[in-house]
Amino acid sequence: MSERASDGAAVVPRRKLRVATASLAGCFGCHMSLLDIDERLVDLLELVELDASPLTDKKRCGPCDIGLIEGGLCNAENVHTLRAMRANCKILVAVGACALNGGLPAQRNHIDVRDCLQTAYLSGPGVERGFIPNDPELPLPLAQVHPLHDVVKIDYFLAGCPPSADAIWQFLTDLIAGRTPVTAHGLIKYD
Amino acid sequence: MTDASPPQTFQMDGHDVAFTPGQSILTAALAAGRYIPHLCFHPEFTAHGSCKVCTVKVNGQPHASCTTPARSGDVVESDTDELTQLRLNLVQFLFAEGNHFCPSCEKSGACTLQGVAYELGMTTEHYSPLFPDRPVDASHPDVLLDFNRCILCELCIRASAIHDQKHVFALSGRGITKHLIVNAESGRLADTALALSDKAMTVCPVGVILRKRQGFAVPIGERRYDHQPISAVAVGHRPKEDGHE
Repeated sequence: MSERASDGAAVVPRRKLRVATASLAGCFGCHMSLLDIDERLVDLLELVELDASPLTDKKRCGPCDIGLIEGGLCNAENVHTLRAMRANCKILVAVGACALNGGLPAQRNHIDVRDCLQTAYLSGPGVERGFIPNDPELPLPLAQVHPLHDVVKIDYFLAGCPPSADAIWQFLTDLIAGRTPVTAHGLIKYD
Repeated sequence: MTDASPPQTFQMDGHDVAFTPGQSILTAALAAGRYIPHLCFHPEFTAHGSCKVCTVKVNGQPHASCTTPARSGDVVESDTDELTQLRLNLVQFLFAEGNHFCPSCEKSGACTLQGVAYELGMTTEHYSPLFPDRPVDASHPDVLLDFNRCILCELCIRASAIHDQKHVFALSGRGITKHLIVNAESGRLADTALALSDKAMTVCPVGVILRKRQGFAVPIGERRYDHQPISAVAVGHRPKEDGHE
C-alpha cells in the first residue's frame, strides 16, 4: 500500500533490508557482540530481515542488501563463502579483528602448515595415537590466514575484538538509515 | 631573548601560534594546544623526522613539523583532508609491515601508534599485511622484547645512547629488512647492559620493550587513551611514558 507524505508526494513503501551474516575463521565473538545489543534487537528486526546466517541456520546466501562477515580466511571454504557473500551482498562489511587483519588465527602465519598440523594432531602434549585429519569433506587449510580485503572488495570495516554492541548498533543504524557510518573515538577499538 | 621583542607567531590552520626562537613547528603547536599527529618525536630527544606522520605544509610545501623551525609569518596547514589521508597511509603501512595484533598486546590502550590511528580515523590497515616472522627475545630476566610491533622510531636507540650512555639498541639492515637489534655478540637482550631503570625502558611508543610480570596492569577502560583521544592527551598533561601508570 503506497503512503503519501504530508506534502502529498508518494513515499516509497518501506522494505525490510535483507542482511546476511557469516562466521569464518573467528571465534563467533562478533556475532555474540551483535546479540549483545540486547533489546535493540527488536528494533533492528523491524528494519532488517535475516538471510543466510548462523543465527537462522540458512546456509546459502540469496540477494542481500548488507553482508556482515566475522573472521578471516583460513581455509578454502572460507574463501568460497566470502565470494558467495560478495556476489550477493550490495554492501559487504568486515566485522572484527580477524576479518580486518587475520586476528588470532593469523598468529600461525609464520609457522608452516605442516608443522602446525603435526603439532596439533601428532606430537603435541597429550596427543596419543593421533593422525592428521584428511577427510575429503574437510576444507583444505590455506598456507596463511588472510584478511577479507585480500580477496574481495570490502565496503566497510568495523574494528574491534569484538566491536562493542554499541559500535555495532551505531554502525548498523547509520548504514540502514543511509548515513555514512561514523564511529567516533571510544566506539572504534582495535582490541 | 629580550623583553622588548614582540611575540613571534606563525599561522596554522587559520590560528596564530606563538613560538619562541628555536622551537619547531610541532613543539610550538603542541605548546599552544594544537595537536599535530606524530610518532617518532619525543620532547626529551632531538627530533629526527623519520616517520613523517607529523608532515605539515609550510607555505604550500610539505615538511616534517618536528624538524622544521618555526618562523615568523609562515602559513602552516595541518588539519586538512589531504594531510590526514597522507598520514593515514603512513600509519597503515606501519600496521601492514609489522604484526600489530592489538587484542594480545599489553600496550593496547596506551599505544601511540594505536592512538594516532584512532585519531586519523583508521578503520582498516588497507594494505595486505606482510605477516613478517619476528621471533621475540625473552632472554632478559626482567624485560621482554617483542619485535613484531617495532615501528623503527629509534626512540629506544636515542634514549639508550644519549640518556643511558649504553648503546643497547640499534637498527640493522635496509629497506623492508631493516630491524631493531641489541648490542651483544649473542644478539640476546640478556647479554646487554639494559636495566629496568634505563630511560630506554620508558620511551617505546608501541609494545616492543615490556617489563615482565606486570602485563595488562591497567584494566580496559582506564588506559591512557580510553578516556581521551591522543590529540587531547598530547597537548594536555603528559602521563607517565611506560603505559604502566
